[in-house]
Amino acid sequence: MNTTTTTSTGLQSLSISQRIIAGSLALMLGLTLLVGTGFAGDFRLHNGAHDTRHAMGFPCH
Amino acid sequence: MIRNLFAAALVAALGAGLITAGLQHFRVTPLILHAETFEGEGGHSHGAEAVVAAHEHPEGTPVHTHGEAVATTAAAPEEWAPQDGFERTAYTTLATVLAAAGFALLIGAVSMFANIPITFANGLLWGMAGFVTFTLAPAYGLPPELPGMPAADLVARQVWWTGTALATGAACLLLAKTRAGWAFAVATALIVAPHIIGAPVAPDEASAVPAHLATEFAAVTLGTALVFWLLLGTLFGKLNDTFAARQATVPTGAVA
Repeated sequence: MNTTTTTSTGLQSLSISQRIIAGSLALMLGLTLLVGTGFAGDFRLHNGAHDTRHAMGFPCH
Repeated sequence: MIRNLFAAALVAALGAGLITAGLQHFRVTPLILHAETFEGEGGHSHGAEAVVAAHEHPEGTPVHTHGEAVATTAAAPEEWAPQDGFERTAYTTLATVLAAAGFALLIGAVSMFANIPITFANGLLWGMAGFVTFTLAPAYGLPPELPGMPAADLVARQVWWTGTALATGAACLLLAKTRAGWAFAVATALIVAPHIIGAPVAPDEASAVPAHLATEFAAVTLGTALVFWLLLGTLFGKLNDTFAARQATVPTGAVA
């Protein structure tokens, strides 16, 4: 009985379309943040995130 | 549910990001600052000279002359950068937390697409996969770099880094979904391929950055990244479990 309750509230309870919508939104926001902190060419973003880039192993300069 | 995913990802990223920023502040940034004192002495320069060459003027940048700015602060680049000290630490902390949020949302998206939940029970595995995908595999070809070290073309390195992360991540995902014999073969091919293609090779130039600084930096950044990923996976999983349990107590149809 408990198992039924748990699975119905977890990931398995979501329909494919719900998972695709949630996943797409997370993917877009996540990539925007990673490009902004780790890959952006703009010097303000580059210099602001400089030490993080080196520390996280992103290619920097 | 979408709200739960975002809340779990962002809170986990805040926790893991802040702890990682602390480690960076005490163990990583001092090495970067030390290395910067050697910049310009070797073949590669990140100083004013290199900056002017690659200088960009985004829209809205006020008109300015390079000569004046360089003259006012002798060796400093004329473009904006956070002031050393509190401001620089604050920006680094912010950038680390934002990057953590980016990674958390990315693995959250993978979890949604692949239909593999991130839980407290498997959070360490997600963290290990993230570490191997985004830190270890790229570092195998592009070792963590200190300022002032010779490096290949930036865009070429970014392309290789991204391709390696994609291929390695796909391999991890495949093995998470199936342990069939063919899956091991495909995963091995995906992991090995970027390294056979080869990372962009740094020019064979002498660097003024001492070797002991570079080796310490490589070890410390890999260790810090491992801590970050294990924390992120575990926290993310714990929060997902917590939110799912809370939702279970809310009667069906009730607005949470």
